[in-house]
Amino acid sequence: MTYKSRLDGRKDNDLRPMEAKVGVIPNAEGSAWFKIGNTWAIAAVYGPREIFPRFLANPQKGVLRCYYTMMPFSGSGERIRPGTSRRAQEIAMVMKESLAPLVDLSAFPNSVVDVFVELPQTDAGTRCAAISAAAMALAHAGIPMKDMVSAVAVGRVDDRLVADLDYREEHIGEFNPDSHDAPVADTPIAMLHASKQLTLLQMDGELSKEMLLKLLKLGEEATEKVYQVQVNALKENYSSE
Amino acid sequence: MSNTSNVVVQERAVVVPGEILAEGMDFLPGDNTYRVGDKIHAKILGLVSVAGRVLKITPLAGPYLPKIEDKIIGKVTDITMSGWRVDTATAYSAMLNVKDATTRFIKKEEDLSKIFAIGDYLVVKIINVTSQNLIDLTLREPGLRKISEGRIIKVNAQKVPRIIGRKASMITLLREKTGCEITVGQNGLVWLNGTPEGEFLAEKAIKLIEEKSHLEGLTERVEQFLGGQKLPERKTEKAAPEEA
Repeated sequence: MTYKSRLDGRKDNDLRPMEAKVGVIPNAEGSAWFKIGNTWAIAAVYGPREIFPRFLANPQKGVLRCYYTMMPFSGSGERIRPGTSRRAQEIAMVMKESLAPLVDLSAFPNSVVDVFVELPQTDAGTRCAAISAAAMALAHAGIPMKDMVSAVAVGRVDDRLVADLDYREEHIGEFNPDSHDAPVADTPIAMLHASKQLTLLQMDGELSKEMLLKLLKLGEEATEKVYQVQVNALKENYSSE
Repeated sequence: MSNTSNVVVQERAVVVPGEILAEGMDFLPGDNTYRVGDKIHAKILGLVSVAGRVLKITPLAGPYLPKIEDKIIGKVTDITMSGWRVDTATAYSAMLNVKDATTRFIKKEEDLSKIFAIGDYLVVKIINVTSQNLIDLTLREPGLRKISEGRIIKVNAQKVPRIIGRKASMITLLREKTGCEITVGQNGLVWLNGTPEGEFLAEKAIKLIEEKSHLEGLTERVEQFLGGQKLPERKTEKAAPEEA
């Protein structure tokens, strides 16, 4: 059986409804939230500030540090233990790797910029929402950046190549009895806007080379939609009245 | 090639990092911009300004970078053999050496905490900054001193020029209307000293400036906010007993 149409009725290249806002955490130097469907990421940026522990300091340039946390009630309702986990640490690392190439901290040696992302609600695509929100928060904090990064997941559900998978599509076998053993592959990507470079490309599942190349095309189109939402939110914050 | 050069954004437009500002080689990248190929991109969130052939961006937010000759407000955090360590509200702390602190001769065994204690706020000037942002301070200039009354508020360092205003117009307005003594540090710390009502009003006005600083007609807006009222200056402690 094939996956005939998407469970929520979207077209293959449609993303879930997006919403974004900056300046949501007044205490932070910069902040933003980014919502895509039921996934909601809040990012706050602090710094550049003194780095602790001291041995992490880099005398050549400032250090970027990321934290990723799902709130205890954010998933299916099964309580998520607060604090870090192996998964959260990995995603924080992935976030740092996809943000580090665009921020320029050479003017701030021996300092640190901390990026905290909290997710009050999740429905797949959290690392992408986290990266998109973090990029907005960094820009809002006035950190020098050579580009903006926008992230979204693309992937394969059975034979369809789709953008922005939600939780049900990632676990299609459970939710659509027609395709109970259909192959699923989830490919989160993060792309810089001006240079079109990729700073994140992961793959969970099986893909052929042809599928991957098509997905990258689809991803370029999808990240562009995310970029528009990010930019509008940043500029809206400074519109007259 | 010169036929194709053009600026693609408007003067005073808000741009985001990476956004293309101009195409063609006739324009030059200024502050907070960079060139890739024949395009000039923004490197920070801010307002575009075009000065002749040079494009630059005035940041809307961002950290303070210590510069020589800047007057800042700092807080004493530690006392060393030869002076004081001062927190500058940035990622970098500064040193105030004994020889730059007073004109008076200070003996070797003198207790430095009697001069400035930990927790004291100081209005100081930066006399040296290294490539690693190590900062040296001085107090030996007119207007620089220890703060012993009033309140300290923190604003975004990028908004400091707007709080002072063109030819100090804004800060003069604030001083007149609120009756406060106002000292603005380039690092974004502001010292207000006046009556409690005056300090409260001044703080609200400064927060308004910080919020609306990217808009035109800021001085009028602040004037409107402060209204016709004019709060009295606080009587200094010295003057009080004379009256009694």
